[in-house]
Amino acid sequence: MNKYTEDDLREELKTKEYEYGFFTDIESETFPIGLNEDVVRAISLKKEEPEWMTEWRLEAFRTWQEMIEPDWANVNYEKPDFQSISYYSAPSTKPKYDSLDEVDPELLDTFKKLGISIDEQKKLAGVAMDIVIDSVSVATSFKKTLGEKGIIFCPISEAIRDYPDLVKKYIGTVVPQKDNFYAALNSAVFSDGSFCYIPKGVRCPMELSTYFRINQGGTGQFERTLLIADEDSYVSYLEGCTAPSRDENQLHAAVVELIALDGAEIKYSTVQNWYPGNAEGKGGVYNFVTKRGICEKNAKISWTQVETGSAVTWKYPSCILKGDNSVGEFYSIAVTNNFQQADTGTKMIHLGKNTKSTIISKGISAGKSQNSYRGLVKIGPNADNARNFSQCDSLLMGNECGAHTFPYIEAKNKSAQIEHEATTSKIGEDQLFYCNQRGINTEKAIALIVNGFSKDVLNKLPMEFAIEAQKLLEISLEGSVG
Amino acid sequence: MELKEKLISSFLAFENEVDLDSRVHDVRSEAIKVFENEGFPSKKDEAWKYTSLNSVLKHDYSVFPKHEKNVEYNDVKKYFIHEIDSYKIVFIDGKYSSHLSETTHDGIDVCLMSSALNKPKYQLVIDNYFNKIAPKDSLTSLNTAFSREGAYIQIPKNKMVDKPIQIIHFSTGNEAALMNQPRNLIVVNENSHVQIIERHQSLTDNPVLTNSVTEIFANKRAIVDYYKIQNDNEHASLIDSTYINQKQESVCSVHTFSFGGKLTRNNLEFYQNGERIDSTMKGVTIIGNKQHVDHNTLVHHIEPNCESHQDYKGIYDDSSTGVFNGKVLVNKEAQKTNAFQANNNILVSDKASINTKPQLEIFADDVKCSHGCTIGQLDESALFYMQSRGIPKKETKALLMYAFSNNVLNSVKIPEIKQRITKIIANKLGINIGFDL
Repeated sequence: MNKYTEDDLREELKTKEYEYGFFTDIESETFPIGLNEDVVRAISLKKEEPEWMTEWRLEAFRTWQEMIEPDWANVNYEKPDFQSISYYSAPSTKPKYDSLDEVDPELLDTFKKLGISIDEQKKLAGVAMDIVIDSVSVATSFKKTLGEKGIIFCPISEAIRDYPDLVKKYIGTVVPQKDNFYAALNSAVFSDGSFCYIPKGVRCPMELSTYFRINQGGTGQFERTLLIADEDSYVSYLEGCTAPSRDENQLHAAVVELIALDGAEIKYSTVQNWYPGNAEGKGGVYNFVTKRGICEKNAKISWTQVETGSAVTWKYPSCILKGDNSVGEFYSIAVTNNFQQADTGTKMIHLGKNTKSTIISKGISAGKSQNSYRGLVKIGPNADNARNFSQCDSLLMGNECGAHTFPYIEAKNKSAQIEHEATTSKIGEDQLFYCNQRGINTEKAIALIVNGFSKDVLNKLPMEFAIEAQKLLEISLEGSVG
Repeated sequence: MELKEKLISSFLAFENEVDLDSRVHDVRSEAIKVFENEGFPSKKDEAWKYTSLNSVLKHDYSVFPKHEKNVEYNDVKKYFIHEIDSYKIVFIDGKYSSHLSETTHDGIDVCLMSSALNKPKYQLVIDNYFNKIAPKDSLTSLNTAFSREGAYIQIPKNKMVDKPIQIIHFSTGNEAALMNQPRNLIVVNENSHVQIIERHQSLTDNPVLTNSVTEIFANKRAIVDYYKIQNDNEHASLIDSTYINQKQESVCSVHTFSFGGKLTRNNLEFYQNGERIDSTMKGVTIIGNKQHVDHNTLVHHIEPNCESHQDYKGIYDDSSTGVFNGKVLVNKEAQKTNAFQANNNILVSDKASINTKPQLEIFADDVKCSHGCTIGQLDESALFYMQSRGIPKKETKALLMYAFSNNVLNSVKIPEIKQRITKIIANKLGINIGFDL
């Protein structure tokens, strides 16, 4: 009898190679390796940035030099040598294209492998794509539709040139240059990223989407995203990543800043599938990301993430609930396999009155991976009637992996209501038996259970993205997700 | 840091006072070196993130009390659980008080650490157990370096100890400021059963700092029931570290009642070195003013088929601060572990704060581990319900708070302790609870 067991699944997971591991050879313009003030200046010059931006970068660089790389996270890895990385790399085929036909066919092929057809996306999904390959945007679509509404959606380098007032006003306000080691590094050397501004009262008619990719071997990518939702506006922003196979470790240190002004709502979804390293734990991307949003009065920020890739993930999308009645949400699925390590979670900082936050975190560990949830819920002394609910569930597959929970809860207000619960379990034999008994084979049953386990989070993804997310989950847990 | 230097220089004098040929000489010298290197923990240490010792360490503590002072039983009777017959080991300013104590060597050893360390007949036990599970962190090492006095309890196989053992430390205020470092060793052999009550009490307003370390060894099928009553005045600080090593099928429970003290830090660590072990740790914390209580727990599940239960309740008033830092660690081999952890808190005042960090670190897949943590208020509708039936607001609140902590009280096995705790709680809440338990 052909019986599919959890062991088979585990075996399959072990041997499953990274499907999207391919390398596009586009003629690149790459800086020599190393980092000093000259490199920072050169990046700034290359991006044709104004003086204040250069100074801003240099300030960050100087702070960064005095900072020590943090090691409190529950991950072990060889610390990257920051002097052996090239800090700038851009596809040299310039100028930008007016139509898809002009885009490097090899690049289009890459997208095809990723399952993204730009025109199809344009037509069917109504998604405006701002595709970033190795730090420079090569295709921007739907700019006109957005422009009519007054929405600005462009690479941040363009925004620095065209909308310096907006950038100057908001950049570094949520994640200051000296916030942490990687944020400082990013502030100094960020090459590109996305900028988005939604004007007052505008409901963004489509999901905004960006694909970040690391493409050149040996280059780190430092993305910077700044998203401003003006009063009473709404935007849903999608970010997805896949990276080709590389043997040396690649560093990814991004910064994302969200600003939700009075009554605004931002929905930020991420699917992350950087190269996780091979079955022996060799290679893979280091993903050290600082993501934070600030909510003014009645504003809402919702983070949704599906983390399936990266050798080491170190990521805490956070919400500062500054305004009264603001709401923060965090939904996360983190899947680790083989030697992957993830230390991820969120910070909910309640400062305003009647603020609410919800944290749902699902961790699935397989192989020899380590999966940690680390979160902070902080209730300030003025945050009357603050409410938090946190739930962290871990699913373990195999006895060589680990699941860890480190919740920090700090309450300084008596009217706060905080609930935190966490569970750790494996797929129960009784659950499998129950399904088998009803004629569902083991493979289907595992799929069913894992699906059910992560459903709370998958449901939060926008429709357009849910398919992609499922695809990526399938890669990580092939055979278990129907 | 001044106190640190003072302690290090006192160590030489201390070593002269005790026998240099003493068997634990090496252990002591090694321990002082650890302390010398690490010093007192600061907020930079993850385990001390929410508790600062600065306000406690600023006093000029005397390390060796010079004078002896007698205390009359009638003056301190209220600090004993005097309703029941018990063995008593009483210390006054760190010195053993024979007239308040009631020890025994009849079948079981309920006596002093000093005699265990010095008398040859205890050598084997000291060699096997002394400083064997205490971790080598700075404060425990400091205690180890100065370990001389404390309770020594050794229960042989198959023995049910006939009455509870009370360990009480009084400080009389004879010294302007006193630092006390008691060291207890408790060894419970196969199939034996013991109940222990521990209390630290300062009798005056002079500052006291106690850095106490207790090592408990529960061998096969032993049952250990330990109660800590912490209701000291607001000039006394306590750092209490308890390390418990359990062998197969043993059952250990520790109840910690923290109602007073300027700063109280409880380190409670269970190591499960055997199968089918049961560990329970429960606590009630009710504090106000500027008091600070920190519970730092660890359960290390090393072998399969074990259970652990944690339940800590806290009520914080005025500007008090509470910390709960619980950790459940499940080794790869410890399959079929059941671990539960709950921490519930009520903040009564706007200035009170609570920091809690319930952690799970799990390396085995076939386990059931869960933790829950809440911070909230008294239920408005319950308050209204009782008030609408003629119960005054103050009583209503007190009753609800009592009910809140009742879960922990329910598992107390000595009824007299339950009554005493009920009384203390009623006192704290400023009402008369009209029923006994």
